[in-house]
Amino acid sequence: MLFFVARRLLYLVPVLIAVSVLTFVIASLLPGDLAYVILGDQATPENVAALRHDLGLDQPIWLRYLGWLWHILQGDFGRSFRTGQTVLQAVSERVPISFELMILAELIGLAIGVPLAIACAAKAGSAFDRFMTGSAFAMLSVPTFLSAILLIYLFAVELRLLPATGYVPFTEDPLANLRFMVLPALTLGLAEWPGIMRVLRSDMIAALQEDYIALAKAKGLKPSRILFVHALKPSSLTLVTITGINIGRLIGGAVIVESIFALPGIGRLLVGAIYTRDLIILQGVVLLVAAGFVIMNFIVDMLYALLDPRIRHGHA
Amino acid sequence: MSGALLSVENAVVDLPTPRGNLRAVDHVDLEVGAGKTLGIVGESGCGKTMLSRAILQLLPKKAKLSGRVMFDGQDLTRLSAEKLRKLRGRSLAVVFQDPMTSLNPVLTIGTQLIETIVEHLELDLAQARQRSVELLAAVGIPAPEQRLTQYPHQLSGGMRQRVAIAVALSCEPQLLIADEPTTALDVTIQAQILDLLAREQQRRHMAMIIITHDLGVVAGRTDEVAVMYAGRVVERAPTPALFKQMRMPYTEALLAALPKLDVPPHTPLPAISGRPPDPTRPLKGCSFSPRCRYSAGRCSTEKPRLSPAETLEHLYACFHPIAAGGGA
Repeated sequence: MLFFVARRLLYLVPVLIAVSVLTFVIASLLPGDLAYVILGDQATPENVAALRHDLGLDQPIWLRYLGWLWHILQGDFGRSFRTGQTVLQAVSERVPISFELMILAELIGLAIGVPLAIACAAKAGSAFDRFMTGSAFAMLSVPTFLSAILLIYLFAVELRLLPATGYVPFTEDPLANLRFMVLPALTLGLAEWPGIMRVLRSDMIAALQEDYIALAKAKGLKPSRILFVHALKPSSLTLVTITGINIGRLIGGAVIVESIFALPGIGRLLVGAIYTRDLIILQGVVLLVAAGFVIMNFIVDMLYALLDPRIRHGHA
Repeated sequence: MSGALLSVENAVVDLPTPRGNLRAVDHVDLEVGAGKTLGIVGESGCGKTMLSRAILQLLPKKAKLSGRVMFDGQDLTRLSAEKLRKLRGRSLAVVFQDPMTSLNPVLTIGTQLIETIVEHLELDLAQARQRSVELLAAVGIPAPEQRLTQYPHQLSGGMRQRVAIAVALSCEPQLLIADEPTTALDVTIQAQILDLLAREQQRRHMAMIIITHDLGVVAGRTDEVAVMYAGRVVERAPTPALFKQMRMPYTEALLAALPKLDVPPHTPLPAISGRPPDPTRPLKGCSFSPRCRYSAGRCSTEKPRLSPAETLEHLYACFHPIAAGGGA
């Protein structure tokens, strides 16, 4: 098992290098010279040339990349030339917000999706199953900005139960924090459950056709044990994948939802950096988010091994 | 035979398919007495597995079963799901064909044994665990203690089938149905598994149904043999009587198709020519008549009935049976 973990960790190295190269190249390809952005419209060509030299922009791209990477390996991701904040400061300020949103959204998605999937698989083909599958399909095609607006209208405008926008740190007032978080998390959760439900449902229906389910029935086990142990456990692999991918995606913040609900998370940081051409912040954040995604996938792999002994023993 | 432990009476299994109704089991009558062994023999698709699933009430949802399945005085087809569940695994156990797929890949051997035992017997976990170790030892698995924490993929096919047998035996069933228990295994393992089944059957005095396509498997190990073809039982007799004198040409052809040790090498096997009839397009006459070398006259227009001839125990469905003491 230790060997398995070490091998998987080793795989991460080339992936992370590729991620850093792509991040750097894409950021460099953006139109607009950083020196012009910093100096503004009134800059003289001499000033621009001098700043380009100071920033190292007159060097070839691979040299700049290596320089950037060297600093990153020393823990220096750069500093915004607008706010003076370092990338790490900016990210660590906002990560808890996006992280909380992601956890709540995924919990809501799982809380709706998993029971529905089990119920549908147990009664596959029934009117209930067809209705829920149809509903999931409908929900899948509702964009988050629409459900966000509908939820705001319902809970904030009509019922006046929850605030429409804003944020209070959890450490200041946990209850107020949760009140601000409910609507954005619900918006994301409503987008998550249909995928979870559809994947788990089809996996469980396939599992229920297996020989070992017939044998479990022939052993006289209780229907609940057959459903929750014999069918759910082998089906939960793809559930882990899809949850992992969702979480990985939400590490980068939910750009639209954070904007609508005015949550100062990673997504808002990214959007702001793009608007203000804050390339240093942009590069750093994208790299950190990508690394988070890769690490999340690594954790998913580890969970696989925990769930499926065949992977743990290197048979699959 | 009213004292039979299991009696299947007039069982019919119909499966709806896109090409029409498929009659998988066609008016089958069978009995197994307590402690007795019945072999059901036939080629692939003859309905023998469907018959076993019908006995266990484990048919696919779409399948329709009519007739009665009397087990220990109760009609299984009319039993509530809960009563049936208490019977399965406890009194009525099964070993499936493929041990690669019949054990749950993500649960340990121990879990799969213990869950059956605690479900049906009044034992706590420690006792169930102890019993599991004894069962694994009884089916010839070395180091049974360690096996409990292992997963099916860590065991060979033969070992997995032994585990499946241990699961089946775990609650001392009255009847064990072994559905092609050796078909998926290496030839070298087959005899071991069959001997194990025979030994445990004798020791526990349980009734057993062995389903196979191999007449050789049932030869020395059963009390009675039923030969199935196209969903029907075409010949049924006590095993010694059947092998002494088979009357149905299909049985004879099935036996002739077995490889034998006493023929010269490279002799072609007398395979049965043609294929079984399309079960969604039943024939008017005898189902075997298109492939039968004795077929003549009414064979293709009228269905022969399964009926006794010289002795009451030996039944066959044929208009032109192989004459006693030689070929037709």
